[in-house]
Amino acid sequence: MSDKTAAVPTDSVTPGPERLALQKRVDLSVASPSYLMWLKFRRHRLAVASAVVVIMLYVIAAFAEFIAPHDPEKQNALNAYQSPTQIHFFDNSGQFHLRPFVFGTTSVRNPDTFELEFADDTTVRHPIRLLVRGDPYKMWGVFQSDIHLFGVADPDAKFFLLGSDKQGRDLFSRIVYGTRISMSIGLVGVLLSFVIGIIIGGISGYFGGVVDIVLQRVIEFVRSMPTIPLWLGLAAALPSDWSIMQIYFSITIILSLIGWTGLAQVVRGRALALREEDFIMAARLSGTSQTRIILRHMVPSFMSHIIAALTLAVPEMIIAETALSFLGLGLRFPAISWGVLLQEAQNLRSVALAPWLLAPGGMVVISVLALNFFGDGLRDAADPYRN
Amino acid sequence: MVDVVLDVQNLRAGFPTPEGFVKAVDGASFSVRRGETIGVVGESGCGKSITARTILRISGTSDQNLSGRIEYRPPGRNAIDLLGLRANGPEIRAIRGAEISMIFQEPMTAFSPVHTIGNQIVEALRLHRDVTYEEARVAAIGMLKRVEMSNAERSIDAYPHQLSGGMRQRAMIAMALMCSPQVLLADEPTTALDVTTQAQILSLIREIKEALGMSVVMITHDLGVVAETSQTVAVMYLGRVVEIAPVRAIFNDAKHPYTKALLASVPKLESRERLEPVSGMVPSPFNRPSGCPFNDRCPAAMPGVCDVRMPSETNVGDEHTVSCFLYGGDEDGSRRVDGL
Amino acid sequence: MGAYIIRRLILVIPTVFAISVISFVIIQLPPGDFLTAYVATLESAGQIVDQAQADALREQYGLGDSVWVQYWKWLSGVLTGDFGFSFQWQRPVSELIGERMALTILLSVASLLLVWVISLPIGVYSAVKQYSVTDYVFTFISFVGLGIPNFLLALVLMWWGFSTFGTSVGGLFSPEYVDAPWSVAKAIDFLSHLWIPALVLAIGGIAGLIRIMRANLLDELPKLYVTTARAKGMSEAKLVLKYPVRVALNPFVSTIGWTLPGLVSGSIIVSVVLNLPTTGPMLLTALQSQDMFLAGAILLLLSVLTVVGTLVSDILLAWLDPRIRFH
Repeated sequence: MSDKTAAVPTDSVTPGPERLALQKRVDLSVASPSYLMWLKFRRHRLAVASAVVVIMLYVIAAFAEFIAPHDPEKQNALNAYQSPTQIHFFDNSGQFHLRPFVFGTTSVRNPDTFELEFADDTTVRHPIRLLVRGDPYKMWGVFQSDIHLFGVADPDAKFFLLGSDKQGRDLFSRIVYGTRISMSIGLVGVLLSFVIGIIIGGISGYFGGVVDIVLQRVIEFVRSMPTIPLWLGLAAALPSDWSIMQIYFSITIILSLIGWTGLAQVVRGRALALREEDFIMAARLSGTSQTRIILRHMVPSFMSHIIAALTLAVPEMIIAETALSFLGLGLRFPAISWGVLLQEAQNLRSVALAPWLLAPGGMVVISVLALNFFGDGLRDAADPYRN
Repeated sequence: MVDVVLDVQNLRAGFPTPEGFVKAVDGASFSVRRGETIGVVGESGCGKSITARTILRISGTSDQNLSGRIEYRPPGRNAIDLLGLRANGPEIRAIRGAEISMIFQEPMTAFSPVHTIGNQIVEALRLHRDVTYEEARVAAIGMLKRVEMSNAERSIDAYPHQLSGGMRQRAMIAMALMCSPQVLLADEPTTALDVTTQAQILSLIREIKEALGMSVVMITHDLGVVAETSQTVAVMYLGRVVEIAPVRAIFNDAKHPYTKALLASVPKLESRERLEPVSGMVPSPFNRPSGCPFNDRCPAAMPGVCDVRMPSETNVGDEHTVSCFLYGGDEDGSRRVDGL
Repeated sequence: MGAYIIRRLILVIPTVFAISVISFVIIQLPPGDFLTAYVATLESAGQIVDQAQADALREQYGLGDSVWVQYWKWLSGVLTGDFGFSFQWQRPVSELIGERMALTILLSVASLLLVWVISLPIGVYSAVKQYSVTDYVFTFISFVGLGIPNFLLALVLMWWGFSTFGTSVGGLFSPEYVDAPWSVAKAIDFLSHLWIPALVLAIGGIAGLIRIMRANLLDELPKLYVTTARAKGMSEAKLVLKYPVRVALNPFVSTIGWTLPGLVSGSIIVSVVLNLPTTGPMLLTALQSQDMFLAGAILLLLSVLTVVGTLVSDILLAWLDPRIRFH
């Protein structure tokens, strides 16, 4: 025992650290699988951090109207290609303000080009406040409100966290709105793939024999195809006069039509492996019904693996949607997704002028990385008895 | 003075794990005489495999977790402390496979699945001897015949999965013997085999040992294997050798309560008594009892003595030593580390 | 071995048939028949359409017939090298796609080679030196590489090139060679341009295969046969390369089945961003203007080439690994 612990007055019944550690170990041997999974997942610090990022992204997606400081469609030709507004803590006299603020702007006509250029007006401070009134919106299309999570109170102040686009729309707000479509399309697409995968994997496993072989060949075939050209071909056939919702669901279906194969293989593989496990055999030998074996024994022990596989499939969907929309064959104006926003970055000259147009790409990378690390951690934790 | 080829003194080896430090070998001492088979017995987890692997420095233990002395005394050369050599350095590599060889429990996994056994056996010779591939191949076929491999000329080009377990173990032995080593470390060589094959492999090891005059360290949990092969027996418990004696003395006159308990747990043909399992469970490697490692399972444990101090080796007869307070065990608790 | 190749070849036939069906379905997907749409576009642009010419085309592609007849006419054309007519370019499809298809193949194969040459040694190194600083660096890079879609990388590269050099860094040729006939100088120029898009395309694959090689090798390193080799007195470097790497290579090699489709697939979008004269930009414009024979032909050829590439690599693999042959 170290000096430090010895110095602490302990009464004789208080278990020492070693004994506590021992008790914990003893507990582990009878702990529930979900507790063990949690312990194992927690050890994976990057995965925990990523889980927080993923949750934040979905919170942003859910409350986009509230979180975005501006109306994503509000255009203002005067605000075209504004660079990201700087946030300050020190004013022009060098005084520190706890509440961050942005400076006002003055417009100056450039003597050479006669174009309007903007400069900070350091005499005016616009403090950034929480819950400010701003552009009106309809939360989830239901609740009318104009309260935003944060922003500046003065409607004329320029407050573009990530700059603005050609039409003077606030890129940050657009990205926040884009999060809703981009993140949800991954989720919906994976769930759809999962349903297709379960049905086909189930048919494959249930009938076995020739059906199984044929379906496995079909899966192999779909996996051997280059997916993007196929997606493009299917997406190009969507009528251009469809509504956002119609396009959204069609794109999701198109992505799932090809994405289900990986999940079907995982489901089938896990089910086949589990069938061979001793505890399933034991359950069968002791006369447990088929339904009970599946629901009480098989599903709990492969659910964790499936959830991990699903999580890892979401980023693929997000990338696919972004790619499709980026090429102009996925979601299109007036829908806002990260891919749609990136379309503007296709023009080299605009990007050179306004590199912040690449920011939606940054969001793609962040979400994909977070989901990958999160899924990796889940996959490692899915089998808490290994190792 | 007896002719010792390998002398292990007060060996300690451990591994840091996320749950704590595991003392796999905790002060084990024994020596191997030239031309003799020594059986190292103990329950699984007692450190016998790690001891064997540490002799060859292939246990993966880092240097700071190793202490003690493993002296190898090659004929006609100076003794070498194997623990003093650099792990995976050229000196220890010159000894591995050439002077001290090892065979393993699982002959299936001990061969690479994607290379023919011939390729792997030939390599064992060519690593240490300056011979051409063809010469090595001829020698390999000769050795495969010697270990009674059926159809040696054909089997040499087989992949491991094409051979039976017994044949794979024969190939393994052939590979270990290619350089005529001084010492053969046999780590549970028959555990994975069926009973008839076990007997064949054991008698093969015995014959070859006689013919080559090498020493064998037979690591096993099976007292029957010991009785059949060994001249001397070292009984290990929780990383320590608790009793060493000639094989006859172990079976007729065991001293240490653990050895007695082990013997009582083995069925005997002539007796109709109930089998006595060793009471209690092997303690967790993170939570060893203080004092004598066996005191919490020992029927003769003396409170205040056995759970306080570590017994040291006591000579109780002709080449028979035991570490137990029932027979002395130095009262000052110090450990004798010099030779037997 | 011969039996294996034959079995593998027989499997290709239904695959290619399925590809042709899918391609034809995509050709047929846009509402209405493409000729009507085409005529409508021309008329809305103020052009006069010769009714006789339209009828001749209608007859040629069997547009009045059933879907099956149309499929048959299209397929028999394809089998004789006639992929139909591009309305957008006013030329037969077969004349348009030859060189672009060749460049697509070259780009994909170059990427595949890069993926292998780079990921294999890094994966081995990362596994052998597990938890070393270098391993962490490579692990981090490969995770980031997996997370960055290659077209984003291409986009950033284009922006960086443009803002640094003031010109586009895309393309596969220097301006003076773009329309020049093939020559040694043009080939060298091509190779000096090829590596940038090939690398951009390969990043994801490299990152993925580093992970796979590392994981495979980490599975193999603690195996008993490695200990056996060590107990024989082999040096670490030699034994790692001869045994565990060799075993870990097998699942690694079989990843070619999805690496190649992934690269071909990625090459489409990367080519669009980097403005490469491959099939990618052509497929995109064909789909946008519903020039369906051209789009269908590109889709068909890309898929068939992927299947053939996978077939070739499968056969190579069987030749390398005895266990597959016996299986």
